[in-house]
Amino acid sequence: MSVSDGRISRLRVNATVILALILAVLPLPHWMDIARPYLLLLLVIYWSLSAPRIAGLMFAWLCGMAIDLLKGTTLGQHALAFLLVSFLTHKFQLRMRIFPLSQQTVTVLLLLFLYEFVVFWTDGIIGYPVTTWTRWIPVFTSTLLWPVLVAILDTWNRRSR
Amino acid sequence: MVTLSSDSRPIIGRGPPLGATLFFLGVISVIVMVLDHRGGYLDTARLWMSAAANPIYTVVQTPGQLWRWITGSFADRSQLRTENAQLTEQLRIARTQLLRFESLNEENRRLREIREASKGVSERTLIAEIISVSVNPFRHMVVINKGADDGVFRGQPVLDAFGVVGQVMQVGKTTATLILITDAEHAVPIQVNRNGIRSIAMGTGEAAKLSLPYLTVESDVRKGDLLVSSGLDAIFPAGYPVATVTRVERNSADTFALVEAKPLAQLDRDREVLLLWANKPKVPAPEEAIEAVKQ
Repeated sequence: MSVSDGRISRLRVNATVILALILAVLPLPHWMDIARPYLLLLLVIYWSLSAPRIAGLMFAWLCGMAIDLLKGTTLGQHALAFLLVSFLTHKFQLRMRIFPLSQQTVTVLLLLFLYEFVVFWTDGIIGYPVTTWTRWIPVFTSTLLWPVLVAILDTWNRRSR
Repeated sequence: MVTLSSDSRPIIGRGPPLGATLFFLGVISVIVMVLDHRGGYLDTARLWMSAAANPIYTVVQTPGQLWRWITGSFADRSQLRTENAQLTEQLRIARTQLLRFESLNEENRRLREIREASKGVSERTLIAEIISVSVNPFRHMVVINKGADDGVFRGQPVLDAFGVVGQVMQVGKTTATLILITDAEHAVPIQVNRNGIRSIAMGTGEAAKLSLPYLTVESDVRKGDLLVSSGLDAIFPAGYPVATVTRVERNSADTFALVEAKPLAQLDRDREVLLLWANKPKVPAPEEAIEAVKQ
């Protein structure tokens, strides 16, 4: 499997991360903007499952930091949320990998809820709470994106074995 | 997923246990958050790290810029001609207004000199372009293409041709993040231009609405009144137009009137904004004031 080949896979992981960062700040019309899925977080979950030696907790933390920097939020806020999600994924990695896709999607939904809750909670502590229900929309759009992402990346990984 | 079964974590070379890493990075996150939020101790770190974010902003920008360049180069001749005519007309009007402005400015300076408060007249400006990246759909913030290298500082006032836009919130090496006056966390101290009543205009989170919650029912404010910055926050210099009052509702049972205003700056249409370096008028220290009174 390409995963055991450290160099190629690391390049691949980094390439997807950069793409996700670009998509995270791409200007979109407002109605699409509020539903923008957390592509980078999905990637962190995916790579934590399929390449856990490359995508460790440090990787997740740095990804969160990058989001903080690009989005101009308090440094460390998204980093903490990414870290927690990545920790749980690593913890249940062996179980999640043999889940059927439907069950995996539900697990991802729970992880995304946790992520959004951590961000929401720290927002509240810092003092800029966004309390509209619309902030939960990305959780669902991201969940819908998960099977698609898995299909694409699995195909890609298998082809260039 | 199922295809990638060969990579379970080996026993040797696993690195530190997961829990320890989680604890370590978690503590660092919290420390970083406290430092960044409480004291702004990480401004310099953010300055340098944002330089790393620059390539990503550039990539996001490129298609739009390319499109503008293409449409610009193929704009047809008659269109350019009408545009030229319009601009000439505008320039003529502006010139005539400027003529008067010069004399008024001179008069103002003389009057200020008489009052011995001539500081606070000279100002420096710089045009910055808004980078079209989406930061946070729930906040009214934009990124501009000028940063610490151009002398931009935190809390700097930002204007456009029509009024106050907002202030600088974060500074990077070559970019800066602005918070607009319509953001729900932003407030501008203002004055009603007609009679000088002072109040505060708070952002509402809506694009074209400010709210003035601290005007009493009796206060003399009408629909159509111009609100200008009062300068009491020592961020926005006094006298710049901020908004016009669009709605006043008085309910005699309440203490405060319901007053709403519309920002004059074209917050949702601007491509370029003006950064302002204002020389703050010297506020006399309390001792000096007391001395003055004694004399």
